[in-house]
Amino acid sequence: MNCAQYRNLIHALIDDELDAGHAAEVEAHVSTCADCTAELEALRAMRAAMADAGLKERAPAHLRSRIEAALPSAPRRAGGALGSLIASWRDFLGGLTVGTALSAAVAATLVIAVIHGDATQRVNEEAVAAHVRSLQAGHLTDVQTSDQHTVKPWFNGKLDLAPPVVDLTAQGFTLIGGRLDYIDGEAAASIVYRRRNHVINLFVTRHAGAERGGAKTETVHGFNVRSWTQNGLDFRAVSDINASELDEFGQKFMTALEPPSARS
Amino acid sequence: MAGEDDGGERERARRFREAALPHLDDVYTLARYLMRNAADAEDAVQECYLRALRHFDSYRGPAMKPWLLAILRNVCNAEFARRTAQPGPAEGGADDPTPDEAAPWQEPPRSPEAELLRRQDGATIRRLVAELPQPFREVVVLRDINNLPYREIAEVAGVPVGTVMSRLARGRAMLRAAWNGAEGSTP
Repeated sequence: MNCAQYRNLIHALIDDELDAGHAAEVEAHVSTCADCTAELEALRAMRAAMADAGLKERAPAHLRSRIEAALPSAPRRAGGALGSLIASWRDFLGGLTVGTALSAAVAATLVIAVIHGDATQRVNEEAVAAHVRSLQAGHLTDVQTSDQHTVKPWFNGKLDLAPPVVDLTAQGFTLIGGRLDYIDGEAAASIVYRRRNHVINLFVTRHAGAERGGAKTETVHGFNVRSWTQNGLDFRAVSDINASELDEFGQKFMTALEPPSARS
Repeated sequence: MAGEDDGGERERARRFREAALPHLDDVYTLARYLMRNAADAEDAVQECYLRALRHFDSYRGPAMKPWLLAILRNVCNAEFARRTAQPGPAEGGADDPTPDEAAPWQEPPRSPEAELLRRQDGATIRRLVAELPQPFREVVVLRDINNLPYREIAEVAGVPVGTVMSRLARGRAMLRAAWNGAEGSTP
């Protein structure tokens, strides 16, 4: 990257919008570049000055009471007065064109759709960032072994969950070890598999509570992410192998976790 | 009024109050900077809350604040469109369609003394922010005054996060230039 490209990222850095890997990269560049250092300091000073200036407005009390009064749940005092308030508000809105009302409805729907996918999307992005970091930093595994009976106990006492570790070597996915990582501010187990020359990080976290559908594969920044929930745990497999192979991995893993009675 | 006696309607409005009224200051703040005067801002906020109440049934959360701010932004845009019968000042979109566009305005200042940010009082900063052209103003306000994360700003403005980042970089560069050139400053 050149300086101009780092300049946009400097804003993201001061806004705490970068993951640890990118933040470290930008900071490393800034520390070697006088111009970027000056830019970073000036932007920080401007942000601090704006924060100190108290630029956020307070809604005037009469506006608050006007809005409260017009809501149907407002305490009923004089029905007539309240009724006429609502009526006058409706008159005021009567002046709106149909087009703007429609566009507001459409916009609201769009926003809802965006917000809906937000939490899952964020966690998926964090999983991808953790996957990339594990490859970049040369720190793929904390415990390196192809023996599932070594990996599983290694996590004991390091996490408040017991991640299941299964050996899928016979199915073409070689277990190469395990690692501690952080996803969405929570400690996560990563179980690392290899498929040909490709690494699969399988992140295991406690189930995040919100209901989720079945297994799902998405593409995030060019990586495939397959997520599912099983045995009260959230699983996210991240890799650059193609989606159908990652699906195959997910299905094999799920099947291996099922109790023997449920199989065949 | 028939609606007054409707218990379901009152319960729905109670839930709406609890979810939406805590964000009134944030909504009013954006309205002030978009409309640029108190009376228009108050009308816009009031209309925003009524529209939000009407669409509350279709709201599924969890982030109420960007949802309200997006409606407010729509109300302001509609008002500008009504006044001018042209795309309003709050309308952004065609000006920077590529998220990863190069940023020619981010020329680094060459002299170290240019980097010393002048001290400015709150009223001056307020004026400088209000004078920023749209769509840069709304991004600066949402980030540096409302403290929204990029993703929520993208939701409010209806653009990708990359566009938020390039607008923010440009908006802050404009603000900084105006800031250092503004009257009443202590060099």
